[in-house]
Amino acid sequence: MSTTTLSGTVSYSEAENQGALVAVKTHLIVGILVFLLMMLAGAVMRAAQGNMFTISPDLFYQFMTVHGAGMVGTAGIASTGVLWYFLRQYVQLSTKIFWINFGIFLTGVVLILGSIFLGKYGGAWTFLYPLPGISLGAWSAGAAAAFLLGLLVIGTGFLILYLDVGRAILARYGSFGRALGLPQLFGKEPVDTSHPPTVVAGTMVLIVNFLGIAAGAVVLVMMLVNLYNPEFKPDALLIKNLIYFFGHVFINATIYASVTAVYELLPRYTGRPWKTSKVFYAAWLAIVFMVMAVYPHHLMMDFAMPPWALIVGQVLSYGSGVPVMVVTGYGALMIVYRSGIQWNTTTKLLFLSMFGWAAGVIPAIIDAMVTVNRVFHNTLWVPGHFHFYLLLGLLPMIFGFAYHLLGEAKEGGTTMADRLGFYSFLGGGLLLAFTFLASGASSIPRRWAVHMDEWIPMAHWGTLAAILVVLGVLLFTWRALTALPRAPEPS
Amino acid sequence: MQSTVWFITLACVALLAAVFYYVISNSKTPEEYPPIQKKWYSFRGKWFLFLAGLWVVVTFATLMPFPIAPQAQAYSGDGYQVVDVSGHQWYWTMSTDTVVAGKPVAFQVTGADVNHGLGIYDEDLTLVAQVQAMPGYTNKLIYTFDEPGKYRILCLEYCGLAHHAMIAELNVEAAS
Ligand SMILES: [Cu+2]
Repeated sequence: MSTTTLSGTVSYSEAENQGALVAVKTHLIVGILVFLLMMLAGAVMRAAQGNMFTISPDLFYQFMTVHGAGMVGTAGIASTGVLWYFLRQYVQLSTKIFWINFGIFLTGVVLILGSIFLGKYGGAWTFLYPLPGISLGAWSAGAAAAFLLGLLVIGTGFLILYLDVGRAILARYGSFGRALGLPQLFGKEPVDTSHPPTVVAGTMVLIVNFLGIAAGAVVLVMMLVNLYNPEFKPDALLIKNLIYFFGHVFINATIYASVTAVYELLPRYTGRPWKTSKVFYAAWLAIVFMVMAVYPHHLMMDFAMPPWALIVGQVLSYGSGVPVMVVTGYGALMIVYRSGIQWNTTTKLLFLSMFGWAAGVIPAIIDAMVTVNRVFHNTLWVPGHFHFYLLLGLLPMIFGFAYHLLGEAKEGGTTMADRLGFYSFLGGGLLLAFTFLASGASSIPRRWAVHMDEWIPMAHWGTLAAILVVLGVLLFTWRALTALPRAPEPS
Repeated sequence: MQSTVWFITLACVALLAAVFYYVISNSKTPEEYPPIQKKWYSFRGKWFLFLAGLWVVVTFATLMPFPIAPQAQAYSGDGYQVVDVSGHQWYWTMSTDTVVAGKPVAFQVTGADVNHGLGIYDEDLTLVAQVQAMPGYTNKLIYTFDEPGKYRILCLEYCGLAHHAMIAELNVEAAS
């Protein structure tokens, strides 16, 4: 009962390792390029709100749609690259299936781009039913269908990849509970501090995202049926629940997947191990449930929701911040404190990601209180909190991993351009998040193509911030394009 | 409410930044890890208890009484001023655009076509209350205006290409 024999070992040929490295680099390079493009779209939207130049509202809302869907999708594919790279060192993963997901992803992207820029679809990534079908002539049912189908295709690719990940985890650990460390947590097996944090995180991501994407598929199919058979009218509140369950889980899973870069890399640069423990397992077990159960905080202004659901949303939103504040962020602080860490762009970005994530969680948790949500919901406070932990939390994990892969440490250290890029990104990112938050605190609504005169100064600050971020990411992109393709596997 | 939330957020983020800054400025000189682990793992337990205690206090303080009015109740002309509101692409229809201050207003809100969001803004463009306007549902928002004035209703849920143009006026008159 308590013997911990692992069945199956992980071994790859040299050629397989090379192939996997190429695949991961492709995910990263494509991810970084799309992030940059989407940031340009974001800067254009802020500048348009600041009246610095005019774009028509329909084009603004197309940009808004592509920015939202593009950022979430790219975060998904890039974070999968990070997780897959580390996870394959512990369980036997198929590079072929990794590529298949990538190919399916690109197919979905083409459908979505076509729907937006050829079909003029501007229904936002949230595709709130029945908006995609009721555009008052701005776009056709076909354009809406292409968008929904694109998302469905992308989800299918991820489900295929997760089946392979699930198979690999089961082959090595026997059950997901074992991979999550549950027998150790509940005292059925002795605590094994060498059980990899990446396996725990990967299993969590697999479980929640499989369910999240499945819910997404259900809602997408229902809406596709409705588009072509309007007799079929699903309940709008049910659809909204499914969409936010799917959306919330998917974007959160990108962070939980990418944090494996922090678990794996900070120890290498500090010489201190990131060991698993009962507290670690407990935190990740809690997160499995909380990430799926907190989504009602998106529906606090839907008074038709049962009060208990909103109370659960508020209570668990706070709770889901606790593992970040007490385990992962705290662990990173401990591992760096008086470690003699080698500070370079890789470690600076990874450490920044811990700050961005933990700090961004604060306005998120506060907004998830019913009484606060009443005057903050759908104001720019909302993009404020998620830009905080995505721009300054998630992206630094991905960029930091890219810097590690391109061999910055071996190349002879940080260059002036790297430093400039980092501080431009950091300064711009902070200014951007705080401008959004300040705008939200001034009641400025989100998703408005045209801003009232009173709100324009905020849009100017936001534009400046976006330009600084873009400059930083331009330098990262240049490094990724020039150094990443030929970089050898870092030891 | 808005400024309180803003300052609490700023204070918490600043505190967190100070902790990160402290660790960065103490990162260069290496020390043995086990004593650091021993000391800070024990502090972590206290930090967790503090967060858990705060969690309980905040939960009870903000959810009792529950901040959303009971939806099953009927709000009639006796105790309430009733305003039936409907969101359309891209305008609002309201059964009346004039209410008086000091007496609760029951906004009964629905979406005629797609989802909209009813956001009530005062003369300084501060958001005072909001609720979603959803097809198939009537959400009841109870709000008592303290100050008379010209209020505006803005759409706070993205509803299509003229979402930002969905603005209506609401006159709040002084109680006679
Ligand atoms: Cu609207």
